[in-house]
Amino acid sequence: MKLTLAAWLLLAATPLFAAPVDSGASRIDFTLKQMDIPMQGQFKRFSGDIVLDPGKPAQGKADLTIQIAGISLPTSDANAQVQRPEWFNAARYPTARFVTTSIKPLGGNHFQFNGKLTIKGITRDVSAPFVVNRQGALTVADGALAVSRLSFKVGEGDWADTDTVADTVLIKFHVAFPGK
Amino acid sequence: MKPANNPRYAVPLVVLHWVMALLIVVAFAVGLKIWSLPLSPLRLKLILSHKSAGLTILLLLALRLLTRAATRVPPLPAHMSAGEQRLAHLGHLALYALMLAVPLSGWAMSSAYGIPVVFFGIAHLPDWVAADPALAENLKWLHRGLNLLLALTVSGHVLFALKHHFLDRDGMLHRMRLGGS
Repeated sequence: MKLTLAAWLLLAATPLFAAPVDSGASRIDFTLKQMDIPMQGQFKRFSGDIVLDPGKPAQGKADLTIQIAGISLPTSDANAQVQRPEWFNAARYPTARFVTTSIKPLGGNHFQFNGKLTIKGITRDVSAPFVVNRQGALTVADGALAVSRLSFKVGEGDWADTDTVADTVLIKFHVAFPGK
Repeated sequence: MKPANNPRYAVPLVVLHWVMALLIVVAFAVGLKIWSLPLSPLRLKLILSHKSAGLTILLLLALRLLTRAATRVPPLPAHMSAGEQRLAHLGHLALYALMLAVPLSGWAMSSAYGIPVVFFGIAHLPDWVAADPALAENLKWLHRGLNLLLALTVSGHVLFALKHHFLDRDGMLHRMRLGGS
């Protein structure tokens, strides 16, 4: 009897187990503006863990790692180019990482995260609202995060010119993870 | 009705011919430069202006076809045999077909790459081919192939025009003159 109570208490106190992101059901896309013309790209390879109980968002946490080699752009020239030192320097920084520091409720199924995004070895604070929905056995978080590419030194030298490629890149995420 | 012996094209057609000739030479040269450059800000800027030039050529071509349909086209010199005349008409037909196909293939290629085509930063044109990287690579070679054909056809056009002017001395070049008599 005592043991059962202890077990219950332990279970209640244990933080929710982080669930691995369902990469098949998730997408991270981005839109950049090249001479004012929108262009779509995608982070095709990423993994990580997310825990989020919409009832207890403060205990939620996300930790995602993105493979720079999985960046996809419209042309093969561009795909090769982004791996180079002026852009993501994939040889030295093969991954980008995103870790939340806090998740706040905004009412209903709307939330806001604060987190740290590390690209090319540079870490910046980022924050964006997102929406959480249920899709069968999965929980899906959707949102968009505007980042300054130059604050991560993505596009150096000639490519730092924002008339050619705008500084702001909009990252749209649709991440699914098992959870209630 | 114009006199039957008027040897010249209508003024708007003469203007369109020379403006388009200049635009085509510039767009072609810029295209070659784009081909030779690695991906760089300069290359992207050249691609942007190359697309606007190509679209301008398409617009002028439409205007030219309408004007041509509405005006009298001067006959070819009488000394040309039926075979030569047929060859000349065929050559001109090829020029028109390529002036249409070359910009359209470039536009399709851009659409297939998933890159919207924008006319002088104002009008975003519809993508009439769905984004498909493999198709885009094929369309790139089609665009280059059609340009090679265009370059050959234009070269033939220029050579024959010079032959008429300097060897035949039949005054045919005056058909494309503005002013004078």
